[in-house]
Amino acid sequence: MPNKVKVATVWLDGCSGCHMSFLDIDGVLLDIADRIDLVYSPLVDNKVFPDMVDLTLVEGGVSSVDDRAKIIKIRKHTKLLLSLGDCAITGNVPAMRNRYPVAAIEERAYIENADVNQHAPNLIVPELLPQIQPVHTVVPVDIYLPGCPPPGPVIRDALVALLNGEMPNISPRFG
Amino acid sequence: MPVKTFKIDGQDVSGREDETVLDIARENNVFLPTLCNIEGLKPVGACRLCMVEVKGSNKLLPACVTKVEEGMEVTTNSERLQKYRRMILEMLFVEGNHVCSVCVANGHCELQWLAEKLGVDHTRLNYMFPKKEIDVSHYRYAIDHNRCVLCTRCVRVCGEIEGAHTWDVSGRGINAKVVTDLNTPWALSETCTECGKCIQVCPTGALFKKSRAVGEMTKDDHFLPYLKTMREVDNAE
Repeated sequence: MPNKVKVATVWLDGCSGCHMSFLDIDGVLLDIADRIDLVYSPLVDNKVFPDMVDLTLVEGGVSSVDDRAKIIKIRKHTKLLLSLGDCAITGNVPAMRNRYPVAAIEERAYIENADVNQHAPNLIVPELLPQIQPVHTVVPVDIYLPGCPPPGPVIRDALVALLNGEMPNISPRFG
Repeated sequence: MPVKTFKIDGQDVSGREDETVLDIARENNVFLPTLCNIEGLKPVGACRLCMVEVKGSNKLLPACVTKVEEGMEVTTNSERLQKYRRMILEMLFVEGNHVCSVCVANGHCELQWLAEKLGVDHTRLNYMFPKKEIDVSHYRYAIDHNRCVLCTRCVRVCGEIEGAHTWDVSGRGINAKVVTDLNTPWALSETCTECGKCIQVCPTGALFKKSRAVGEMTKDDHFLPYLKTMREVDNAE
């Protein structure tokens, strides 16, 4: 039996809808289960990104210092990086904050709209970058699958093509 | 009227001398992407998506305002043209704030459709995330400048067909925007007849009817050629 393809998925600043769409192809995931190893993902219990992964699907834009550190590390340890969904590719809804300074956003979220404990977080929650950036403006990206979320069949076709050693030839639409 | 014969992508075609390359391409089912052009309104060559190559000219020509000529050889879909068209779309995306997933026109938007059709799956340019206004003062209609691509269809339909000329363009370059009257809130416009034609011809979700949720703003511009013909008949009589 040939070595399994090591696949990872990452969740940066997105709503996890892309991961839901990924799970929506459950039938296909079962079919290809013997060909892939899901080595790192919000869906599996592995906290450390492995040494080398064949394919990483990234959902969400780069929004915090933590996101940035994560994606830079992941790029170094991934052969193919796939931007999954509009947030990773354009910034999408989370990027609507890009028109306002971080201080104003924190003021709105943690003070104006808070009933108790009115203060911005200073522990655990990673510091926000001034603007959310699409993943490919931070690290090189090999494949783009737009959509909010990308429809299940699109993710399926892309995965199957990649497993067969081909680049996916699909251009789904934004939104 | 004299007829001109020429070639589009090697195919022999013919058109009246007052027709454009775009007219004849469409007549012959040759696809040319357009954003500012719409049947029934005067072409302005603003979006540059319909650019074609014409043998003997090293300039690219916008098909919508290029009259047919005897013997011309037109190429509509070379690699160079595809590259420029994708770049134009990318520039439109980064210049505004086009968030398809939460837009009233999601699924009915010509910009979104063109991106898919021409294979734009990301932009190589940095997003500008400009701060743009929204005017929701009108009780029925609204404009979200974040989604406007400055095609000027609204300006032209309002002036040419409705005859109100409520819309126009103010500012230059990156600061250009469409305005009602002399840049007054829409609700205060003295010229707007509330006909809603601008809403229907807008290629994106920039102009929309209020109380439409995400993806609910379908556009219907089929009335345009009819109105144009009727007005011409009127004028002729």
